[in-house]
Amino acid sequence: MSGWPPILAWSVAGLVLVAFVLVADRLGSRVRQGAMRAYNRTLAIAFPVLLLAMWEVMVGQGFINGRWFPAPTSIATALWDMIVTYDRFNNTSLLGRPWLIPEVWPEEGWAGVRRLFGESHVLATLGRVAGGFLIGVLPGVLVGMAMGLNRTIRQMLDPIMSALYVLPKIAIFPLMMLIFANPFGEGPKVAVIAITAFFLVAINTMAGVRGIESVYIEAGRNYGASSLQMLRHVILPGALPIIFSGLRLALGSSLIVIVAVEFIRAQQGVGFLVFYYWQILSVPKMYAALFVVMLLGVGLTFVLQWLETRVMPWRR
Amino acid sequence: MPEGQFVCIVGPSGCGKSTFLRILADLTPLTSGSVEIAPGKPGKPLNSVVFQEYAIFPWKTVIDNVAFGLQMRGVRKAERYAVADEWLTRVGLRKFREFYPSQLSGGMKQRVSIARALATDPEVLLMDEPLGALDAQTKTVLQGELLRIWEEHRKTVVYITHSIDEAVLLGDRVVIMTAHPGTNKTEFMVDLPRPRGIEATSTPEFASMTGRIWSALEDEVRKAMEAQL
Repeated sequence: MSGWPPILAWSVAGLVLVAFVLVADRLGSRVRQGAMRAYNRTLAIAFPVLLLAMWEVMVGQGFINGRWFPAPTSIATALWDMIVTYDRFNNTSLLGRPWLIPEVWPEEGWAGVRRLFGESHVLATLGRVAGGFLIGVLPGVLVGMAMGLNRTIRQMLDPIMSALYVLPKIAIFPLMMLIFANPFGEGPKVAVIAITAFFLVAINTMAGVRGIESVYIEAGRNYGASSLQMLRHVILPGALPIIFSGLRLALGSSLIVIVAVEFIRAQQGVGFLVFYYWQILSVPKMYAALFVVMLLGVGLTFVLQWLETRVMPWRR
Repeated sequence: MPEGQFVCIVGPSGCGKSTFLRILADLTPLTSGSVEIAPGKPGKPLNSVVFQEYAIFPWKTVIDNVAFGLQMRGVRKAERYAVADEWLTRVGLRKFREFYPSQLSGGMKQRVSIARALATDPEVLLMDEPLGALDAQTKTVLQGELLRIWEEHRKTVVYITHSIDEAVLLGDRVVIMTAHPGTNKTEFMVDLPRPRGIEATSTPEFASMTGRIWSALEDEVRKAMEAQL
């Protein structure tokens, strides 16, 4: 602990931030037009780095309690530790130790690879989300289409959908455990994600279909499109932008739900990790697990964005 | 209506010009009365509509938009692209065949829409204020192009517009619709010589023609305005 009074240390930290903003602002007005992008990039990276550095220093000097807010470097160390260690008790590791593949390959082949990746927390969570999406999205699009196209179906389903839509999906997890033969297995977890995705995608698809401008429908009819051609060439592409915003919402909700589910009932998964390291009071590892959850969210969002530009090239 | 004639329908707003066109195109059901449509030749669509709001599909490239009508009729890809390319060349958009509509200007979009309608080789071309949303200069350019393209094929056209000038410039016959309820009031035959160009608008015959049509239309426009009050 340094001899500075805390009030002075915090004031200095505040002044450093203010100085950074002033300098960056002054620099920004002098940047050439061509270098603007690079400058913005640098700024977007430099500021978080500055914050992390200040956090590090403030913990090192004892102005922040490292027990509850461990320094970034100790979080990084904890993350590295989590990546390389194998939990013998639970048969788990963070990523699944892919570096062991050359060792197990000659003896076990694909079964060995599957065993290694099967022990991964990240892949467990990813698998639940992906599986739930695969099961939930297609029926969601179909039901949403039917509701969007047919008035009778819409009138019938709308009250049910609206009521179930507002029900927090984590609340039906106990029901899912009741329904599935093995309440501790993957079934209820994947099912609850599938239901989350289903409702968001269905409601958005319906909105997307209903929002298609009538001139496009009229143009399709005028040029003699059959019902199936209409669906394929006009309705589906016309609704796609809104369907994708449904997918984005579904992804966000799914991450919330899966982490909550893994808090309650899982031996594996990133949500389990956060909860577990809280229980054993291993704070740096808890932070590291949170960081992994965040990376997972960012990664999945990127995948969805990539898919969007692939499926809808006209939106660039 | 004789084949190969260019008929323009003008009338005050709200008199049902667009509705009439939609009935012709079988997009709106008829509530009373009747419309007689002569059966077309087999294998050819009866009509194609060029909509006021372009209505070209933003999710299809220019070439796929133009080939859309043929695709719906099950024409093979190579064949429909060949036809579409020909029409794109004719409207001067060959270079833009792989573009999406969002990358085009309003005038270019409407050219695509016109090419899409013509590519299906319809018996009748129905145009619902196709140039209504364009700025004055683009409009003039497209009027010239429309005249040129029409001279090549002499298709039967029903053209709805607000503008008397446009009607006289393009049409063989100008039909005036009355204020609500819309009925066919008077007809004028336009006897300006074909082939016409934009220059036709500066002749004295053109001026006297538009003058006569306006004096017939004026009452209707006033009635329509009063009805709205």
